Amino acid sequence: MESFIQSVQKTVRAAAGSNTPLAIHGGNTKAFYGGAVVGDALDMRAYCGIIAYEPRELVLTVRAGTTLAEIDAVMQQEQQMLAFEPPQFSGGATIGGTVAAGLSGPRRPYAGAVRDFVLGARVVNGVGEDLRFGGRVIKNVAGYDVSRLMTGALGTLGILTDLSFKVLPKPAAEATLQFAFDEGTAIRCFNEWSGKPLPISGASWHNGIATLRLSGAAAGVAAAREKLGGDMLDPDTALVFWRGLRDHQQAFFQTTSTIWRISLPSTTAPILQNMPQLIEWGGALRWVAGETDAKTLRETIAAAGGHVTLFRGHAKGAGVFHPLGGKLAEIHRNLKAAFDPHHILNRGRLDNF
Amino acid sequence: MNSLLFNVYNHDTNNMAAVIEDSWQQRHATRQTLATALHAFLPASSVLITKEDLRPFECDGLAVYRELPMLAAMPSTLDEVMRVMAIANAQNVKVVARGSGTGLSGGATPLADGVLLSMAKFSRIEKIDALARTAVVGPGVRNQLISEAVAHLGLYYAPDPSSQIACSIGGNVAENAGGVHCLKYGLTVHNILKIGVVLIDGEAVTIGSDALDSPGYDLLALMTGSEGMLGITTEVTVKLTPKPQLARVVMASFDNVEKAGEAVAAVIGAGIIPAGLEMMDKLAIHAVEDFVRAGYDMDAAAILLCESDGTPEEVEEEIAKMEAVMAAAGATACRVSNSEAERLKFWSGRKAAFPAVGRISPDYYCIDGSIPRKSLAHVLRRTDELSAKYGLRCANVFHAGDGNLHPLILFDANIPGDLEKTEAFAAELLELCIEVGGTITGEHGVGIEKINQMCSQFSDAEREAFFSVKRAFDPNMLLNPGKAIPSLNRCAEYGRMRVSGGQMPHADIPRF
Repeated sequence: MESFIQSVQKTVRAAAGSNTPLAIHGGNTKAFYGGAVVGDALDMRAYCGIIAYEPRELVLTVRAGTTLAEIDAVMQQEQQMLAFEPPQFSGGATIGGTVAAGLSGPRRPYAGAVRDFVLGARVVNGVGEDLRFGGRVIKNVAGYDVSRLMTGALGTLGILTDLSFKVLPKPAAEATLQFAFDEGTAIRCFNEWSGKPLPISGASWHNGIATLRLSGAAAGVAAAREKLGGDMLDPDTALVFWRGLRDHQQAFFQTTSTIWRISLPSTTAPILQNMPQLIEWGGALRWVAGETDAKTLRETIAAAGGHVTLFRGHAKGAGVFHPLGGKLAEIHRNLKAAFDPHHILNRGRLDNF
Repeated sequence: MNSLLFNVYNHDTNNMAAVIEDSWQQRHATRQTLATALHAFLPASSVLITKEDLRPFECDGLAVYRELPMLAAMPSTLDEVMRVMAIANAQNVKVVARGSGTGLSGGATPLADGVLLSMAKFSRIEKIDALARTAVVGPGVRNQLISEAVAHLGLYYAPDPSSQIACSIGGNVAENAGGVHCLKYGLTVHNILKIGVVLIDGEAVTIGSDALDSPGYDLLALMTGSEGMLGITTEVTVKLTPKPQLARVVMASFDNVEKAGEAVAAVIGAGIIPAGLEMMDKLAIHAVEDFVRAGYDMDAAAILLCESDGTPEEVEEEIAKMEAVMAAAGATACRVSNSEAERLKFWSGRKAAFPAVGRISPDYYCIDGSIPRKSLAHVLRRTDELSAKYGLRCANVFHAGDGNLHPLILFDANIPGDLEKTEAFAAELLELCIEVGGTITGEHGVGIEKINQMCSQFSDAEREAFFSVKRAFDPNMLLNPGKAIPSLNRCAEYGRMRVSGGQMPHADIPRF
């Protein structure tokens, strides 16, 4: 497997020398996400397998090409999980792609995001150097947190090779409750409940129905269920619901080719009510379906303290991500130049970076 | 830690004093020019230029390193910070930011040719949003004050470093501070949403947002733990956590340290994430029991404090599991707190561990290595061997749940040779942490203290990558330079020094 890293280093050096961009990919399940990328394909799927998994350490180290399905299967035996609930979309998603995209699932506001669980990353940078940042221990403040910087950078700062994560035990019990709420009530209740010591692990709203997931010790989940009321979903239906939300298999995501991802302060009052909408993350993430003017949408959401991503859609001319200006853009350019001076890694994927 | 510690202790030789006086005088003109520029917008009381006024800033919590800054500025508004930075940048003067000065790695140790930027006046809680569970606070706000200010809402700020009474949130961001509850509730990086930052050129930017993510690279994570080397934090939006209805702690005794270590692994293996999981060895137990009378088992070789929090139902379920695990792991005694008062009493010993050790030894030196938990027994054995080798006692307190060790080496700076032995002991312990797959600092930061060990933990190319990150924010290397990331030359020298197995030769040569 070390020979794979060496071949990647060689490829990168050659690409840097000839100014040939490289398009890094794993399972290509998130090919729709981000800007159009140009260059020679660099397939990471052969670099796979679990390097170290020690359940009692709560630490997992894997090669970037390992599929989430394989990781799930191994962790299932130990009753543990990647607590950020990464989306798998159409299946075949790799852990490298998951970290590069930085996308987290329904549990994100309650357990944390991908970046919160990344402990260390080994990367090949844009000049072909093999570098290790962070480590395999839960607490580590030696050096700048480059492994978290790599998370969500869409492969523009380095080619992820080995990744270490903090993992968590699966909750002993789960229950899913539904409430007939209008949008405003759902947002208010999600936020109020989150301020109370309740074991919430998911909160979503769509079409007049609020869906709440509780996870934790059996007694704690039972007590919270008692307190909150609502209608309980049977476990199988609940599983399908949360998986469908995580992987965007629910009908809402299937009806149109344009999906906007809107990240907002969770308490933001109902917004864009004239468009089909699905809320999750307790109000902090709002998916909006359909064509609309990107510029107007970005201005509306920025005024509310959030940002908009064209998550799925073909009209990428106006940029996929919220544009960065001034000093922040300068720092981004400097960081890009620091890790990838020849601008060959996933050129165009993260807008200009 | 390096031989500088030795030098600093010997600063009061006549020769050294004369050198320092010379450099102070040499900077007189620069100091005056800078002071004049700052007086244009800062009151006289906020620009400190005399030795007497600067003395309180000469060190942070790592008091063996002392240096008077050229000048100290104490701005109280964002605009003032921007102007101080713009002036320093224009005059090519270095800047070291400081919060409460409780850091243990020398991150806020001043530079003789630099401005010390005290953020202490930013001590207001600006806004509390109960529904959003956030608070906007100045960087000078003390960690514990946040929790106190929101207690009536049933909320608190989760990271709780031992120094939480005094340490500032700005310093917490700079060091990515942890605490005894971070296995379950995370470090600073997991508990902040947004920071206001002034860059070296005086421009203000917002990093992060009130939403859960932001476009572009994760600069919030990069800034957290960057030891004041990328920008000056001027405002912090923290996440607030619902206060658990109930917390109870299991205190288990073990007749040997390895069994206690095994019990830690067994708790995690049973699928439990305790709210806190701490371990203390015999020397630490005796020191704290003599000091605070927490009711610790004086016969135990080690005790574990294992806390459960949540709803009463959750706690009852989890405490029963914890007790069963401890018993199965061979605990010789096991007590569970039955009231909040008793819980606090059990914790009082752990929280007082450092001052308690301070009572039994003229000086002590705290280490902050982090290791995979499975190496705990091995590391403890090696620590014992090193303790015997150097003839210095070592009390061990650990954030056992997350593998973060705080061995306290006991020494007496007045005994010739003790200090050098302590240095060598500490250096060997940190190298051991790297050897078992751990890290040289879990939560205290590198600062100037562990800068040499950074040479062992990272390659030349990795350290160069860190420098390039720094340059992305601070092209002229003016923000807290010389901390956290060692230069190639420094590492080359450290490599030569390590040849003799931790025994540092030429302890009299200044090295930074």
